[in-house]
Amino acid sequence: MQLIRRIAQLFLLAPTAVAGVLPDDRADLMYHYYDGGGITIDGPSLLVRKKFAEKYAVNASYYVDMVSSASIDVVTTASPYKEERTQYGVGFEYLRGKVTYAASFSNSSENDYNADTASLSISQDMFGDLTTVSLSFTRGWDDVTRTGDVAFADTVDRRIYGVNVSQVATKNLILGLSFDTITEEGFLNNPYRQVRFVDPDAALGYSYEAERYPRTRTGNALALRGRWYLPYRAAMQADYRFYTDTWDIRGHTAEVSYTHPLDEEWTFDVHYRFYTQNAAEFYSDLFPREDFQNFLARDKELASMQSHTLGFGVAYEFKPAWAAFLGKATLNLRYDRIRFDYDDFSDLSTTGFAPGAEPLYKFDADVIRFFFSGWF
Amino acid sequence: MKPAHLAIAALLLIAASGCSRLEPWVKPYERENIADPIMAWDRDPVSTSYMQHVYDSREGARGASGASGGGCGCN
Repeated sequence: MQLIRRIAQLFLLAPTAVAGVLPDDRADLMYHYYDGGGITIDGPSLLVRKKFAEKYAVNASYYVDMVSSASIDVVTTASPYKEERTQYGVGFEYLRGKVTYAASFSNSSENDYNADTASLSISQDMFGDLTTVSLSFTRGWDDVTRTGDVAFADTVDRRIYGVNVSQVATKNLILGLSFDTITEEGFLNNPYRQVRFVDPDAALGYSYEAERYPRTRTGNALALRGRWYLPYRAAMQADYRFYTDTWDIRGHTAEVSYTHPLDEEWTFDVHYRFYTQNAAEFYSDLFPREDFQNFLARDKELASMQSHTLGFGVAYEFKPAWAAFLGKATLNLRYDRIRFDYDDFSDLSTTGFAPGAEPLYKFDADVIRFFFSGWF
Repeated sequence: MKPAHLAIAALLLIAASGCSRLEPWVKPYERENIADPIMAWDRDPVSTSYMQHVYDSREGARGASGASGGGCGCN
């Protein structure tokens, strides 16, 4: 169970309105697989979209994470575990002239976490349909519990305000700008995770205590992107995002990607992504003593870190003879290799080092998505 | 800037567009390239949102992915 997953889910389920035109009737069935840092997660994902009278559209989604975890945190302070998270979502869109109104709702549940999310958005085409502006508002209500502790129950209340602008700049270039403000209030840390502090009486030289986070967090993210159509029918994209929040985390994300179609059937993608962040104000790999300060974190997602991703994708388009109702279909395989490097998070699975002198933690992750898409 | 101020500014922008006589500088018949499916911000939403989920679960930053909400004005 991870709180941050809920955030991802909010964006994942935000209405996908594109002003002026509703999304195609389409079904996607995907198998996803993640393996890295002692954690394996896989499961199915399904999304179906259908429009009516070119004015209304509905969508429904189903997603499962089957988690098997022996992560570095689990190995050093707990026992390996398995769990499952299931998520359902529904959405509705209404197109009126050049304005699209969208609403969606989703629920995610696992044994110790339940999250409900509702989202509204409005999008409008303007300036001769060269500009699309979207505004969105998302609310999330989470219930947090702790396995084996019936006395513990808490909540998280979340709001996300978003603005998105897409601009046709030339006949070969589209520009995009996104801004999100995310506010959260409630139990924002992990009820199982612990921090460590110097303890001369302990055999290892350190002991553990429960982490404690502030009960509020507000973050702002601003992203700019451009997508170019190249002279020989291929596309290139560049993205940059700046993030900052009230926990003093600042993050920079940069990505470049290239899409190359071959004949009518094949499309190849390659991309590279770089991410870097500094640590949260109250993060430490090793606190000098117990209860050293009001707020304590040793979550590697709040550490100073970098990640590098290199990814490849291939899509094959065909007209399935066995399903005449499908206008076209694609089979897709995507593979990403991600390297995570931490600047101030020690690998405590190593032995023979003085507290604080352990080697820094790093790991590689393999991410695979295999999916079928059908347009009907 | 507070989120509410930003939302008001964006709404004013939308309202002002009703009075605009701005001529589109990329004519509809010049939009063949940007209407090509390979120019979509988000060609495969299921796959894109999954990767976003992978990153948001392991990094401190989140938001402004903008995968949805784009448009090419091609309709």
